[in-house]
Amino acid sequence: MSDRIFGVFGIILAVGYVIAALAIEESFLSDAVGPKAFPLIIAAILALSGAVIALRPDPEPHWPALARLAEVAAAVVVLILYAEMLPVAGFVIATAFAAAYLAWRLGSGPLETVAVGAGTSIGIYVTFHLILGLSLAKGPLGF
Amino acid sequence: MELLANLGDGFAIALSWQNIGLALLGCFLGTIMGALPGLGPSNGVAILIPLAFTLGLGATPSLILLTSVYYGAMYGGRISSILLNIPGDEPAMMTCLDGHPMAKKGLAGEALSLSGIASFVGAFLATWGLILLAPQLVKIALLFGPAEYFALFALAFMTLGGVSSTNQAKSAFAAALGLGLATIGVDTQTGVPRFTFGEVHLYDGLDFLVAIVGLFALSEVFIFLETRHGGSDAAGRKLTIGKLYPPVSMIRQTTPTMLRTSFLGFIAGVLPGAGASLGSFISYSMEKKLVDKEGTFGTGDPRGVAAPEAGNNAAAGGALVPMLALGVPGSGTTAVLLAVLLALNITPGPLLFSQNPDVVWGLIAALFIANFMLLAMNIPMVGLFTRVLMIPSRILMPIVAMVSFVGIYGISGSTFDLLVMIGFGVMGWVLRKLDVPLVPIILGTLLGNSMENNLRRAVTIDNGNWWTLADSPLSITLWAIAIIGFVLPLIVGARVKAKMHQRRDEEGAISD
Repeated sequence: MSDRIFGVFGIILAVGYVIAALAIEESFLSDAVGPKAFPLIIAAILALSGAVIALRPDPEPHWPALARLAEVAAAVVVLILYAEMLPVAGFVIATAFAAAYLAWRLGSGPLETVAVGAGTSIGIYVTFHLILGLSLAKGPLGF
Repeated sequence: MELLANLGDGFAIALSWQNIGLALLGCFLGTIMGALPGLGPSNGVAILIPLAFTLGLGATPSLILLTSVYYGAMYGGRISSILLNIPGDEPAMMTCLDGHPMAKKGLAGEALSLSGIASFVGAFLATWGLILLAPQLVKIALLFGPAEYFALFALAFMTLGGVSSTNQAKSAFAAALGLGLATIGVDTQTGVPRFTFGEVHLYDGLDFLVAIVGLFALSEVFIFLETRHGGSDAAGRKLTIGKLYPPVSMIRQTTPTMLRTSFLGFIAGVLPGAGASLGSFISYSMEKKLVDKEGTFGTGDPRGVAAPEAGNNAAAGGALVPMLALGVPGSGTTAVLLAVLLALNITPGPLLFSQNPDVVWGLIAALFIANFMLLAMNIPMVGLFTRVLMIPSRILMPIVAMVSFVGIYGISGSTFDLLVMIGFGVMGWVLRKLDVPLVPIILGTLLGNSMENNLRRAVTIDNGNWWTLADSPLSITLWAIAIIGFVLPLIVGARVKAKMHQRRDEEGAISD
């Protein structure tokens, strides 16, 4: 079933891609092929392979239980927050929280969680910023 | 003679303190990444690329660092195969078959050092193969016009599909997806924006480094979170190594095997679309057919340890040939290395050898140096790396994730790129679940622009005649190989591939 849904999704993606490709405004100075032809070829391959996947699906992959899916979704949300907070909170604080969260969800105890968070963040800051001179996000506190 | 002079120049470049230091660092990190299950050559190199840039390294030093990681990972993969029966990366899968039984018999040290020697022989011979074969390939590539290049790119995608997945439709899907992603941004020929939906950040196109790190490294973190695999695979097991040096008789017994499989692995690596996994797989299968008279393969036969290790290291060297000489990588990790070159504004291919000989020969010399370093690291110091296996992934994975973020942020300093990277991470996770190979996606995003440019150039030169794509003997040959490469696996390959991807879990999607 997953493959059938995936194949149909591929076909829809191809259709959307074709619509977007046909909407490309051509410049009056164009080559013999133009900017639309290559995307249209790709869309054809995309649709064709999507159709084959939908018609001849592989055995069902192993999907995790709902709780594990929620786990991955939560991690994605945390990482998005991390990306958004990086310029606001500064590198060291944001990274410490994000690394600690991941360590906690992978099964670290409380003490180890704090250690991994602080260790990763400070370790990266020292190696990449202080030693190697890479510019990392500066927060209000200057680090 | 010219060859030796070039090689001499290469050593002059590679033997600077900085480059030796980078090779040493790369070998060390590579061996660790290869040894750790979950981190393989392609995602190991992917994580380090942004760092190589942000350190402001030039082309040659960056390549030395990253190819040392690549070679190192090929060595390191065997350690957990032998000690834990868990391949450290996909090419080391075949090493489990005889390596672990040897360890069970109390010959772990012998198995480790023998496989280290086999790795050395494979990589050493393959580097010579690279020196001899790449310039010849360059001579052919100089005859290529735009139409031939277009056919060559098509060949790369079609043969890659034949090997990297059990389902051709999914490889084709992945390739089309990657090519489609590459078309985002301002059209290089006419200057009109395509598929940008008014988002200014997309006018430059998607940065392929962001795509690579997201697809390879971040999706790995999600897999670990999903399975909540937080412990270390080595936990609760005693990793005894024992005697480190194999008896001379064992080396003598395995020498013909090593030589044969080095050759075979090299050929497998050069072929477009095939990488180290295929190299080790066919090496093991061939040796089993050839010398396994008493049926000892699979029960701890030293030849069964030497064969896949020489094979996969030779394939790693072989895969560099089409990447450097044609600009078309044959495997996942060489695709990542191609990304490095492109990001440094160096176009691999025939012109690389004439315009940047320092890069090519410096790299080759560094490979020789790295190989000796790896031999030294992997036999006397192998105990150090076995200790790395004890690191639980609940500590490792947060570090991997954060280093990925730091690298991408260091290049662009933009939150938008980080969000795109997370998007690619999620996409990679879903696609790995569905058994869609990720390597064609990367190859598509890397090669999409030059594939389209060559297509348009060829057709424009011939006044809009599309048949120009297949009207020279060279391009017809390329198309013929491409079609055979796509169709043949449909007929005979299903069985072979099913065996090769026995561990048909998420690892298969980033097979190298």
